[in-house]
Amino acid sequence: MANNKITIKDTELYYSDFHALKNINMDIVENEITAFIGPSGCGKSTLLKSLNRMNDLVEGCKITGDIRLDGEDIYGDMDINMLRKRVGMVFQRPNPFPMSVYDNIAYGPRTHGIKSRIALDEIVENSLRGAAAWDDFKDRLKQSALGLSGGQQQRLCIARAIAVEPEVLLMDEPTSALDPISTGKIEELVQELKDKYTVVIVTHNMQQAARISDVTAFFLLGELIEKGKTDQIFSVPQDKRTEDYITGRFG
Amino acid sequence: MKIKLDQELEELNQEMISLGILCEKAISISTDVLRQRTVGTRTSAETNITKDDISDLDIRIERKERAIEGKCIKLLMQHQPVARDLRLISAALKMVTDMKRIGIQAGNIAEIIDSNPGREIGIEDCISDMADSTRKMVTGSIDAFVKKDAEIARQVIKTDDEIDNYFVGIKNKIVDCLKDGSADGEHAIDMLMVSKYLERIGDHAENIAGWILYSIEGTVR
Repeated sequence: MANNKITIKDTELYYSDFHALKNINMDIVENEITAFIGPSGCGKSTLLKSLNRMNDLVEGCKITGDIRLDGEDIYGDMDINMLRKRVGMVFQRPNPFPMSVYDNIAYGPRTHGIKSRIALDEIVENSLRGAAAWDDFKDRLKQSALGLSGGQQQRLCIARAIAVEPEVLLMDEPTSALDPISTGKIEELVQELKDKYTVVIVTHNMQQAARISDVTAFFLLGELIEKGKTDQIFSVPQDKRTEDYITGRFG
Repeated sequence: MKIKLDQELEELNQEMISLGILCEKAISISTDVLRQRTVGTRTSAETNITKDDISDLDIRIERKERAIEGKCIKLLMQHQPVARDLRLISAALKMVTDMKRIGIQAGNIAEIIDSNPGREIGIEDCISDMADSTRKMVTGSIDAFVKKDAEIARQVIKTDDEIDNYFVGIKNKIVDCLKDGSADGEHAIDMLMVSKYLERIGDHAENIAGWILYSIEGTVR
């Protein structure tokens, strides 16, 4: 039985006067990959960032409605550090910290109070294994993460994100800066991650959404136009606007 | 937007229509020849028809089928289509196989008729009617594709039951004729094969109509 990990109800978001999200209602199912697609400025990244309150510091940002993680209001009393531990994020451009591979991954667990070297060693290894990167990185844990290739850096960032054992992984165009081989590896990895995590991914690559996601949601001008099983969205979309966008006839 | 893909899809559409016309021609010729041999009705179409004309058509159908397949694969590779574009291209890939089979089976019918002495065993009217209905199914499926008309496609699918009933009726009559010794065995078997080919052509037309429905509505039967 599908379990809703995140529920979004009647959500509106403004950046000052700009109405960026309009009455969004949707559920994100546990252990599924949900893709957000739509043209630039449609609100997909804004909604993604709202799921771990990354918009809080944006000046003039006002959000109303109800976003719940396992039934708990994330804009209520929930501790924001705890929220971001439970809902991790991977960005478009790999952003390793200027430190070693090991320290990048150990950074999160350390801030959550884990000091034991043995425990950290275990977390680093498990996180790298979870990100299918252990074999590549096991002999270069002490090397600077800045010397890695873009694809390796992104896998490191995924390993860093899962080091704090999140429940949800948000990914904002995680492969748009990568070559096709690195993209293929990340896509494969994302599909493996869904066994343990709930994944929400923003992508401009239609084929990527079709390849890796279970559910696809199409946004336009701040509205959720259509959400459905990915197979159905990409073969028989119900809304003409979705059809026009995914077939490239939009505008 | 997507002007190139739209142009290429229109070309694909035109090629599918011209393949459909070749199939219609093949089935029309073989059913006309069949009617002339079995019930003695001459029509303008079959007056000077030989089995070479059909095999020439067969070759053209096969060439066209390969060309369309190649075009579809190229379109899939270059454009990675989705939604209605994906449905049209994948439906076309499936349909051309059925269209080629229609051409081959129409040719098979013409070959049998060509070598058949044409004795009457009392089922000729029935075979002629079956051939007419089958031809209408093929024409209907092409018509549904050209007009992108789901209703015509549904009608074609419905007609297939009629064709199946014709086949069962003809088979039973042939068995009766063979039992009571009133039919020449070779001729009876030829007629059975002709009706089986007609029945298969009906199945192909039904498949084509099914893929047209998929292309239009996205439903798979």
